[in-house]
Amino acid sequence: MPKTLAEKVYDAHVVRSTPGEPDLLYIDLHLVHEVTSPQAFDGLRAAGRTVRRPDLTMATEDHNVPTLDILAPIADPVSRAQVEALRRNAAEFGIRLAPMGDRDQGIVHVIGPQLGLTQPGMTIVCGDSHTSTHGAFGALAFGIGTSEVEHVLATQTLPQYRPKQMAVTVEGELAPGVSAKDIILAVIAQIGTNGAAGHVIEYRGSAIEALSMEARMTICNMSIEAGARAGLIAPDRTTFEFLRGRPHAPEGAEWEAAVEHWSTLRTDEGAVFDTEVVLDASTLTPFVTWGTNPGQGLPISGRVPDPAEMADEGERRAAEQALAYMGLTPGTPLTEIEVDTVFLGSCTNGRIEDLRVAAEMLRGKKIDPGTRMLVVPGSVGVKNQAEAEGLDRVFVEAGAEWRGAGCSMCLGMNPDQLKPGERSASTSNRNFQGRQGKGGRTHLVSPSVAAATALTGRLTAPADLIGA
Amino acid sequence: MDAFTTHTGTVAPLRRSAVDTDQIIPAEYLKRITRTGFEDGLFVAWRTNEPDFVLNKPEFADASILVAGPDFGTGSSREHAVWALMDGGFRVVISSRFADIFKNNSTKAGLLTVVLPQAEVEALWAAAEADPTTQVTVDLVAKQITYGDTTVPFEADDYTRWRLLEGLDDVGLTERHLADVEAYEARRPAWLPTALPARPA
Repeated sequence: MPKTLAEKVYDAHVVRSTPGEPDLLYIDLHLVHEVTSPQAFDGLRAAGRTVRRPDLTMATEDHNVPTLDILAPIADPVSRAQVEALRRNAAEFGIRLAPMGDRDQGIVHVIGPQLGLTQPGMTIVCGDSHTSTHGAFGALAFGIGTSEVEHVLATQTLPQYRPKQMAVTVEGELAPGVSAKDIILAVIAQIGTNGAAGHVIEYRGSAIEALSMEARMTICNMSIEAGARAGLIAPDRTTFEFLRGRPHAPEGAEWEAAVEHWSTLRTDEGAVFDTEVVLDASTLTPFVTWGTNPGQGLPISGRVPDPAEMADEGERRAAEQALAYMGLTPGTPLTEIEVDTVFLGSCTNGRIEDLRVAAEMLRGKKIDPGTRMLVVPGSVGVKNQAEAEGLDRVFVEAGAEWRGAGCSMCLGMNPDQLKPGERSASTSNRNFQGRQGKGGRTHLVSPSVAAATALTGRLTAPADLIGA
Repeated sequence: MDAFTTHTGTVAPLRRSAVDTDQIIPAEYLKRITRTGFEDGLFVAWRTNEPDFVLNKPEFADASILVAGPDFGTGSSREHAVWALMDGGFRVVISSRFADIFKNNSTKAGLLTVVLPQAEVEALWAAAEADPTTQVTVDLVAKQITYGDTTVPFEADDYTRWRLLEGLDDVGLTERHLADVEAYEARRPAWLPTALPARPA
């Protein structure tokens, strides 16, 4: 029977299947960070259990990490205690840890691919919803809660129910200044913030195949913002070339065997998807969010919507609540919205290609004097690469702040936060109320819209800068 | 995990859709390394900034059944959202649709999530708002909700229901199948990566 890519990966990891019970799936890689793991390690200790496969487990520090003075002890005692708990747990259970200051440290979803630990056909989990990022390699990768973290630590498996299958097909060519971020924001706006619930999304079509690995990671990253359990893309030459030579990629005869297997990881002709969504890449323009969930987005040429014109009562009430929180008036052109802060970074858009795109737009220019721009590489590896290319100097000369690696302003767990009422254009993944700091207002954008916005101080499409 | 069989309590009508886990408990509360004591973070922004928020009303302060709009629990995978709801006195959340990870986390921690059609959600909202003392019984054994003269059946998959009724812990259940895990490990391809030993960049 023809199978989808996700079904192939799922089926290859079934340890045990019994009618009336969830399947038991083997987990090839378990990524761990400081926030969602301490209670899981406590659970292991309380039950006298060990970590079954420390060699398939990798930990890093990212959420609490300050992006200034990265080598100093963390000033916030609660954050520091959490990071120290991870260090104790990693030492006690024999798990590899990339701590602050380490050359492998960074956002958990940036370092997996960077180290070559993320490979096609694997199952990958982490106590973090953006684990879907790794699906860009054709892996089945999904976020889990702390009880499940404990389960994977103890058994290297997870009970799972077979997901439904969704195809998101994107054909055609993207216009200049339009990127992977705009594709995924458009998908989420179309299907809604929980529209893919119960599904794994496979992104396919010529526009997806044309994307770099960084861009594919941006798309898969935000699968959770459409409510999907995971998102993935069939591996191809782009995938293999990205992986070749990475520290943990196979070598020699093992590389050949791996590539042969990876080449079979495609959806079969005739495989059936439960749900199909189609987008035309050539009609897409830069997208921004206006509301407080990632589905509340529009092309940047649009205007703040009027809840009174919404037919569905729930949607109308949600839009009213969002606009009240965001301090926006219906009918305002989105490009007239002024921001205080531009954040370039996160597991969505904190990779080298994202920094290159923004740096090219800022080279030799100055950002708006009333706007603060934070540039936060997703990992120490990305930071070192960017500095080797001189991108840090481009950002600093333009008036932006060049920071250390971490989750930074994507979420309010470290010193990088919005103040109440402040407004950001952010390349991260969530515009929820208070996400970037209490009372902060977030507009999700692509790296090139972030750079254009930094130059003008208001939401700006890259195309509108030409000749400016 | 505590077993869940049946629960009777009053309802807090939360007339909002797409309630994300950042609203249930913001990230700053996630710095703690304990598994309990998260009630102070539960819906803290809404409790602080919105005097009319349902949990700020004394008549709903002791509710133990949260009835929310569609797409409850979207966003972050933080199980702290489930812990905060339980620490805040809730044993049941009812919605017409949940986010997957939240729903999964609930079953691990012993918080019952019940999916009802939106019309039944609206009826519960109306009943609780008309009389906040309305006693609602959620019976997982009989798979039904009763209040006043109304009885509403709900679906619960047999396996999850059994685990909740017995209060069983998944790790213990999986450990019964370690021989299967070992057999699987013996046939994993050799090229699959390991994080240890660390290889230099």
